[in-house]
Amino acid sequence: MAFTLYSLIQTAILCTNAIAVLHEERFLSKIGWGADQGIGGFGDEPGIKAQLLNLIRSVRTVMRVPLIIVNSACIVLLLLFG
Amino acid sequence: MDLSHHGHRATKPRARTGPPAGDPMLFDDTSSGGPQVPNQGYYNSAYNISGPSGGGGGPAMNNLFADPMANAAMMYGSSIADKGKDIVNKELSRFVSVNKLKYFFAVDTKYVIKKLVLLMFPYTHQDWEVRYHRDTPLPPRHDVNAPDLYIPSMAFITYILLAGMALGIQKRFSPEVLGLCASTALVWMVIEVLAMLLSLYLLTVHSDLSTFDLIAYSGYKYVGMIFTVLCGLLFGSDGYFVALAWSSCALMFFIVRSLKMKILSSLSSDSMGAGASAKPRFRLYITMATAIFQPVIIYWLTSHLIR
Repeated sequence: MAFTLYSLIQTAILCTNAIAVLHEERFLSKIGWGADQGIGGFGDEPGIKAQLLNLIRSVRTVMRVPLIIVNSACIVLLLLFG
Repeated sequence: MDLSHHGHRATKPRARTGPPAGDPMLFDDTSSGGPQVPNQGYYNSAYNISGPSGGGGGPAMNNLFADPMANAAMMYGSSIADKGKDIVNKELSRFVSVNKLKYFFAVDTKYVIKKLVLLMFPYTHQDWEVRYHRDTPLPPRHDVNAPDLYIPSMAFITYILLAGMALGIQKRFSPEVLGLCASTALVWMVIEVLAMLLSLYLLTVHSDLSTFDLIAYSGYKYVGMIFTVLCGLLFGSDGYFVALAWSSCALMFFIVRSLKMKILSSLSSDSMGAGASAKPRFRLYITMATAIFQPVIIYWLTSHLIR
């Protein structure tokens, strides 16, 4: 399995896109993964599910604008150079 | 100190106090072999060289260039270069904490030899605790248990060269293969470090393992890979599997013992009631998974070199 550096970039872009398209109210709340359903007790041990939901929400918030830029650049490059 | 000469010189004193004052041990001059003297002046002198040479270049250069215009142009060029160097340093230190990186490269020959022996034969080592010095971990020069980045980076480059040599011996070499091998190994290391970071974050393990520590521990497997490939080249397929078994066991033992100190021992600080029973299990799973992953990736990355 030979990886080039470009395939690493491609994997990262695809994974981040996959996390960014998870819609909050249409999808995540329906399956019990909404942003307000993660906070269980208020101890200092948040638990795996709370951490995961936190991670998804923060990735969506932080990476939305850079992903727009990176995806546009990727589209232009793929159109030009195949 | 021509402070009146160039306005930008005011940035120089800030650069000179770069290394933290409480950390004189990083820059010992061990070449003399004498007792360790905190030698902050040694680091400062590296900046001082560029200081007076720009300012003192004026009267000295006057003897070389009779033309004052060329003289002025030379000093302007050197000031631009200094400004550019300051900008590069500032931007670089915004992304990568250069001091933290310097800690990982503060090694000497004794440490490297001891660490290599430890990686290949860790069964007799007794004390795996990382020693501290006033709340900061000791640099690798003074503590054989501290992770470093020198051995992993050198081992990585040696592995690439060895892969090229192994393919050349079998007449399968082409220059693209070298780059492919390098990027494959790099991608697997990135995947492993990201997986470890993700699992440590999800299980809220409050250890002091930074990203560079994980890169260091993940890079130690290249030493095992080099040993395995060498034995495979010298002794054929049987030697390859024997060396693979030996270095896998040694590396698994090393990883488990080193990470046990960092991951599993941090549970004593935050063990609360009901949640604590699930935690040690998951931390053990993380350590075990990291250890199991090492021989798998060693086999994956080296088996195509030995046919």
